[in-house]
Amino acid sequence: MPDRPYRAGSSNVATLAPSSDPDSHTMVLNMGPQHPSTHGVLRLVLEIDGENVVRMLPDIGFLHTGIEKTCEAKFYQQVVPLTDRIDYLCPMINNHCYVLAVEKLLGLEIPARATWVRVMLSELQRISSHLVWLGTSALDMGAMTVFLYCFREREDLLRLYEMVSGQRMMTSYFRIGGLALDLPIGFLDRVRKFASTFEEKVDEYEDLLTNNPIWRQRTRGVAHLSAEDGIALGASGATLRASGVDWDLRRDMPYGGYENFKFEVPVLQDGDVYARYLCRVQEMRQSIRIVKQTLEGMPQGPIKANAPKVILPEREKMKTQMEALIYHFKIVTEGFSVPAGEVYQAIESPRGEMGYYVVSDGTAKPYRVHMRSPSYANLQLLNTMCEGRLIADVVAAIGSIDIVLGEIDR
Amino acid sequence: MSSTPAITDLEQLKSRPAVSSLMAWDSAAVKAAKLDRDELTVYIDSPFIRDACFFLRDQQSFNFMSDLTCVDLHPQNPRFEVVYHLLSHAKKERVRLKVQLAGDDPVLESIVQVWPGANFFEREIFDLFGVRFLGHPNLKRIMMPDDWKGFPLRKDYPVEGYR
Repeated sequence: MPDRPYRAGSSNVATLAPSSDPDSHTMVLNMGPQHPSTHGVLRLVLEIDGENVVRMLPDIGFLHTGIEKTCEAKFYQQVVPLTDRIDYLCPMINNHCYVLAVEKLLGLEIPARATWVRVMLSELQRISSHLVWLGTSALDMGAMTVFLYCFREREDLLRLYEMVSGQRMMTSYFRIGGLALDLPIGFLDRVRKFASTFEEKVDEYEDLLTNNPIWRQRTRGVAHLSAEDGIALGASGATLRASGVDWDLRRDMPYGGYENFKFEVPVLQDGDVYARYLCRVQEMRQSIRIVKQTLEGMPQGPIKANAPKVILPEREKMKTQMEALIYHFKIVTEGFSVPAGEVYQAIESPRGEMGYYVVSDGTAKPYRVHMRSPSYANLQLLNTMCEGRLIADVVAAIGSIDIVLGEIDR
Repeated sequence: MSSTPAITDLEQLKSRPAVSSLMAWDSAAVKAAKLDRDELTVYIDSPFIRDACFFLRDQQSFNFMSDLTCVDLHPQNPRFEVVYHLLSHAKKERVRLKVQLAGDDPVLESIVQVWPGANFFEREIFDLFGVRFLGHPNLKRIMMPDDWKGFPLRKDYPVEGYR
């Protein structure tokens, strides 16, 4: 063994030196940042002994774009498109969290229709995010068919987002105080059509995987996480619920109108990859249940709060009323000021507790925006899950915690 | 658009178990408290932070650390506020702890022993604000390259960076 320290790659950010013990058989292996199963640009430095992982160090930051710093230079409304880009699998859920935080700072009352539309779209986003997760994590483990099925349904959902916001992915549809536009004509019918057939589609995915012996062998008892470890390491979302912790922010600390809907929170005890899989599949069924409830009771009425200093006036009013024109000019050129204070708003994103900590100093730009991203905390679980296990299970473990690197690096 | 004014009177906030129990535990630890928009903030004196976290975790069922971040109040003094968001699964309640730090050498005790999940969060604060955490097992930059100069989220760091 040479005495000079081993340098993994060009960066020494996360360097594991192999053991200096001459009898040691370990070697250091770089996994990523360009590895198909890391779901983005995650680099893992693994110390392996044969097929077993001895130690593991995640190295992140490849996608760091300084979104938190950028937020401080934008008006409050201009931050919304940035929140899309944090977690590109569920942009509207991120929008939702941020606008709820700013609305809490402002003390705005949101009309019922806007609240219901937000809940409906958030749940559709949860489904499309879980579809990407299911498709890609199954693909990582060699089950290719599921991927094609999942992306078929995801495509339907992306078309729905496009219909409502004009964009398939970076939707920026939620506004502080309501929504950008009312729902287009025929939108609810299309959602209804999707909701009526989606449960059968979930059955199809389950037919392919749930009782599939290869899938079960590949996932059961793999990457185990106990409830105590999960809580100590800050895990949240389905990852924690699959370890037996009955905690869902939608039910336990309701926000944005979730108290109006009935749904169950799936909790599993096994804490392995299979339990996380079952938990997310059941969550998709519950989400479609919420979507159906929003379709049944969708209230009529305005989609924006009554706050002329914050919300852009309607086009019609702008052309006929002097005051509306002045407000429009002022909001566009100098933003709107938000009373000084600070708010931590947490919501249940598909990956866990998504939190926005927004500090206002009373001006038109946020003083500080911090995103507590669930993937960032969940990434720390990897060591617990993988150390001492087989290297092939690392891929299963990464897939099962459902990370989005955009959200980790921000 | 009016919100009720924040309550900052410590005596009045003793009705909150998190405040009263912390005061009973060590009255020197609690510097101030604030209830604003239904969110409770307790200002903790910096030497007490780790023990206060231990106390809240073990005695007050704040079992989960949601978030850990920092705010730069430059040019005010004390310059940094390290902000802890704790959550109690049993009580369905949150509490925010704040530690104020001077700007010249911001340093405080790490809470990795209390919640190992604080590891990445403290590294991020170290990386982007330059606050050091004593007792952290691996206090290195996490987002920025290792040889980066400066701390990007400080207020005296330009948004476009140094060119």
